[in-house]
Order: sequence, then structure tokens, then C-alpha cells
Amino acid sequence: MVRLAENKHYSENKVTQKLPLPLKVYIPLIQHLGKICNAEVKVGDKVGLGQKIAGMQAHVSAPIHASISGEVVAIQDWPHPVLGRAKAIVIQGDRLDNEAAFVLRSQQDVDSLTPEDIKKIVLEAGIVGMGGASFPTHIKLNPVKPVDSLIINGAECEPYLTADSRLMVEKTSQIAAGIALIAKCLGIKNVYLGIENNKPEAIKAFSGIAGIRVKVLPSDYPQGGEKQLIKNILGKEIPRGKLPFDIGVLVQNVATVYAIYEAVYKNKPLIERIVTVTGSCLENPQNLLVRIGTPIKDLIEFCGPLKEAPAKIIIGGPMMGIAQYTDEVPIIKSSSGLLLMGKNEAKMQDEDPCIRCAACVRGCPVGLMPCQINLASEKMLWSLAKEYGASDCIECGICNYVCPSNRRLLQTIKRAKLEVVK
Amino acid sequence: MINNFTVSGSPHIHKPESVSRIMWTVVISLIPAGIAGVIIFGLDALWVTLVAVAAAVLTELTFGILTKKKITILDGSAVITGILLAFNLPPQVPLWLPIVGAVFSIAIGKQVFGGLGQNIFNPALVGRVFLMASWPKYMTTFTPSFDAVTSATPLAALKEGKALEHISYLDLFLGKHGGCIGEVCILALLIGAVLLLIKGYISWHIPATYIFTTAIFTYIFGAAQLFHGDWLFHVLSGGLILGAFFMATDYVATPLTAKGQIIFGVGCGLLTAVIRIWGGYPEGVSYAILMMNAATPLIDRYTKNRIYGTK
Repeated sequence: MVRLAENKHYSENKVTQKLPLPLKVYIPLIQHLGKICNAEVKVGDKVGLGQKIAGMQAHVSAPIHASISGEVVAIQDWPHPVLGRAKAIVIQGDRLDNEAAFVLRSQQDVDSLTPEDIKKIVLEAGIVGMGGASFPTHIKLNPVKPVDSLIINGAECEPYLTADSRLMVEKTSQIAAGIALIAKCLGIKNVYLGIENNKPEAIKAFSGIAGIRVKVLPSDYPQGGEKQLIKNILGKEIPRGKLPFDIGVLVQNVATVYAIYEAVYKNKPLIERIVTVTGSCLENPQNLLVRIGTPIKDLIEFCGPLKEAPAKIIIGGPMMGIAQYTDEVPIIKSSSGLLLMGKNEAKMQDEDPCIRCAACVRGCPVGLMPCQINLASEKMLWSLAKEYGASDCIECGICNYVCPSNRRLLQTIKRAKLEVVK
Repeated sequence: MINNFTVSGSPHIHKPESVSRIMWTVVISLIPAGIAGVIIFGLDALWVTLVAVAAAVLTELTFGILTKKKITILDGSAVITGILLAFNLPPQVPLWLPIVGAVFSIAIGKQVFGGLGQNIFNPALVGRVFLMASWPKYMTTFTPSFDAVTSATPLAALKEGKALEHISYLDLFLGKHGGCIGEVCILALLIGAVLLLIKGYISWHIPATYIFTTAIFTYIFGAAQLFHGDWLFHVLSGGLILGAFFMATDYVATPLTAKGQIIFGVGCGLLTAVIRIWGGYPEGVSYAILMMNAATPLIDRYTKNRIYGTK
């Protein structure tokens, strides 16, 4: 674990703003871990706000909904923030955004829902893990083993990002209601909320809410990594190759919990999310409520004017986010941040030889020796890379970050991970 | 629209750190000991050091040109090798000796293995041991320092069975006795060591276990009667402090994990004490570190960290 320069000051005190409705959205048919969805509309169809436009073809998947009302003008390959390119449904908006279309449920109605009803609502709302992994949430709500502890991830350990932090402050009671829904769904008694100590407002907001134990964690990266969070809150480790439910734990990100709340209380599918738009290039960094499928250039324009032309655009945080090749790429369900870096920040340093300083060994949160895996990988000694535990890497990027020789440790370890499973 | 954005793998930020920043900090940390050496032994100490550094840097440059690789003389690593070699030499050696030693250190100790990061042994110690084996007379002749009372090093005197009562611990601590340029003034060495510890460029594991093991072992076996050894004398004399903080901590030739570093430090301590007490040489720091350098790949193999989720 390492302490990083947080750079959250750009946006941490900015109240979430609604981004004006985009003229066009580009909604990828895959925004989750699992199988791509099947388009259920065709070019020329009129679609309403929140209408399901793509359905699941497999269990590990999540349906996709229209994030604006309008007309389907194309179904085509389009830039994708994670996959490079993927098929997307393009909707031309009609500006008739009718949120009243969502039928609210009263508290009484909600109370009468059975766990099965809640799971069905979550499945149909297309909710996926919004912290970055985008694993379909309905699967996590149907664990094959009994779960006794629920951990809500409000750590937000990536520098710059403040979307979760704002959500916790602005939507405290809604998140609490969402947590209650999950707990009810799975009959869980122990509920923990992990928050880093750099978010005093969020900690204050949740202290004293019955049934939620707030765990204040040091602001060390990667505190919000699932494995680290479980270990630091419960003192337990997930055995190698197993999943959290194997030790009776379920972890959900706060944004996902809020999406569950909206699905259950407002009948609203996952069609928007909060995105932190930030970086030194922007005159006006913000936390924006953005419709899924909005191209990032809309967000950049809204937060402008630019102080400096961005040389690098990252979706996600600076440690694990993905650099984008175009500003036409849309925001998807897992896009928590949009970070614009200037020329100096984006500059790549030359690689020097490894001097075995062991900074990566000390920093690795899962106990690997990244420099050794790096050397094995560069020599394509895959069995040696395996022996050094390449497949246990969580890809947090600390090794790269601390390396005084600027070695591309993570890239070579990722390569080794792919080769090791072959 | 055509965008020219930089696209690279994560992470997208980097700690403000570099090899040259680390190396030059080590150089700075060695300056107090160098100044002390010049005060104690006079300007000869300065010339030996400067000549060794110049020879080391020129050798590094020559190899860079011959092998058509990146010229690395500005990263500070060759400067460190030159300084450390000089610090391990008596102050009044003929000036060709540090030149030969520095060329050997860089050429044989470092470059033939592939340069920075590839050497198996600490290059400065390789050079020193080479000089020791080739010109032992120069390497063991210690002329008196400005107010030192003995011309031999305290450890050599001890080996020869001479009485040592007239050297106080304070004299040892301040360096008022015969010895190599950079090893005598413990105070100055500790100032540099503290800088490196504060900056996090070295950790306590190797120096602490090395010094502690030497102290314990010389306390138990250092005198005719068990548990009567003068451990403090052993800690303060010879090259132990210089070796423990500045040479046994050389990244390249030492283990990666804390566990491995502790084994390395204990091994260095044991070997140093064994050589000092029973060996043919009065001092054992160089050989102890070199032997443990050789054991480093093996130590690394058996001292991996526990991986999350495994036993």
C-alpha cells in the first residue's frame, strides 16, 4: 500500500451538477463483464427514456436501457472506453425527457417486496458494479454460498476521483435505504461501510445510521481494492483463486448501492451515473450526473474552457484508468471519472535497468515481487512468472508508480498473467 | 475528428523518483565521511578520492561508448563506486592504486556483467579485494593521522596482540586512529546513514542485523573467556559501520524482501566476526559482504513474501 498525492481538491467540494441532455448518445451493447447484449431495437425505432433496448444472451450479462428518449439512428461499431471498439446503439434525442415515466414505489410497496422481487428488479434495471469492474450485480445478489457480511465500498482510493464521495454526502439516506435492500435480500446482519479518512463529510453523514458500521480506513492506495477492503475491515483474506462469497462476504460499491435504490424505489434502470471530470487542464472541474452513452467531449465542453489542450484523456482514475484515443468515446456504466492530463503530465519517461531497489516489493499490496515477474516476463519465462505468482496480481499499478527506473512493470505482469493461464 | 492523445497502459502517474536522484543522494550522504577523512588524514585523502571517482566515471564512459549503450555517467552510480573504493583505501597509497582499483571495479565488477543493475557483487568491494590481493603492502600500510597515536589500525593491532588500552571509544567514534579514508569517523558515517534512512533509500534491516550480529558474536567469542569480548570496540573499529550502511545495502547485490535482508545482515555479521576473531585478516567486512552478495540469488529464492490469500 502506498500514499499517493490525492488531487481530490479539484472537485471534492463541488456539488454534483446535471450535465445538460446530450443530443446524441452512443450506448455500447457491452458495458459489463460477460456476454455482449443483443439489440432489441432497430434503426428508425422510437425509444422512450429508460426503455430496454438490448437484452441478455447469457446469465453473466446485464440488460441495457435508453438513457434519453428519441430515435435509434444507427447500430454500429463505435469507440468503447474499455474495449477500444464495440457495437453501440446510437440514439438521436428528441429533448422530450420525461422522468415522470418512472413509477415511484411507496415505502409500503418496497417493504412488501420479497428478496426474489428485489433481485428481479436489480436484474431488469441492468445494474453492474459501478466501481470499475462492472460485474453484473444480480449475480452477486444470488451467491451460491451463504453470506453473513456486507461491505459497502466507499473508499474511493483512486486519486482525483470524488464521485463516490459526493454521492455519499448528497444521497446519504438513499444509500442507506439501498444498503437495507441488499441486507434484506440476503438476510445479512453485519453491514460495514469502508470510507477513507480523507472524506470526513461522508464519514460524518453515515455515522449514527442504525445498522451500518462505518469503518474509517487510512487513505492508502489501493484501500478500495476488494481484497484489501475485506482484509482491512474483517481481518480475513480471500483464499487464492476464491471469491468473496467463499468466506461469506459480499462487497458492493456505493454507486451500485445507489443504483439499486433508484431501481427499487423509482423503477429507474441504470441510465445515468456520477462522473468526476477533473484535471489541471480544466478551468472548471466538476462532478457531473451524466447519461450513459454521452460522448466525453460533451463533458469536457461543459467543464471548460480548457486551460491547456489535453495530451492524455483517461476514463477512470490515474492508477487503473484507461487512456482514450478519441473524445468521441462514451461514458458507460463503469466510468467513474474523466481525467484530462496536460502535456507535461502525460510525458512518458525512459525506462532504465532494474536496480533491485525493492520499492515494488515493499509496495505490492498482495505480496508479490513485481521486479522478478517483470524480468521473467521480458525473457518470456512464463513458468517462472507463474512461480512468482503473476496470476495473483490485482493490477493496482503501485509497482509501476514507485519504480525509480520507470519500468513498465504492470504491462509485463499483465502479459505474464495472460500467458500463465494458457 | 482526429485526436492525438497519448495512449499508454496504466498507471498514468509516477512517483517523483529516479535512479539518479537516489544515487546522488547516496553521494551526498557520503560527503560527511569524506570531509572527516580529509580532516583526519589531510589532503591525501581528498586526492585519492577524487582520482578514484574520476577513474570510475571515465571507465563507465568508455564502456558506454564502446558498447554503444546509453551513457550513464550522470546517474551517479559510477561516482558512488569511486567514492566507496577510495573510502576503503589507506590515505597515503600511490595515486595509481585508486586508478587501477576503480577501473577494475567498473570494468570487471560492473560492466562485464551488463552494467547498472546486473552486477552480482558490490563493484567497489570487487576493486578493493583485487587491490588487496595484488598489492597487499600498500593496502595494509597505514601512516599516522594528524594526532592519532598508532599507525596500525586498531583491528590490526588487536590481531597482533598489541595492547589497546590507550584508544578510547570516543577516539574510535570520532576516527582518531589509523584506517581507511572513509571508515574511521563513525559520527560522520552515521550522519549520512540517517539521511538515507529518513529518505527511505535504505531500510534498517541489513545495517541493524549486521551490526547487532557482529556485536553479539564478538561479545561471546571475542575474548579468551566466553562472554567477555569487547563488542563495542568491534562495532566502532574497522569498516563495519561504512560497510553495514553503505555497502551491504547496495540494492543490486542484496536480497529483495525484508526477510531476505535480515538473513543477509545476519550472515554478514557472522562472517565478519568469524574473520576478525579466527581468520587470517584483521578485518572481514569486505569479504563478508562479497560472500553474502554471492548468496543473494539463493536467499531471494527462499525468502519470497507471502502472497495474499495463501498460507
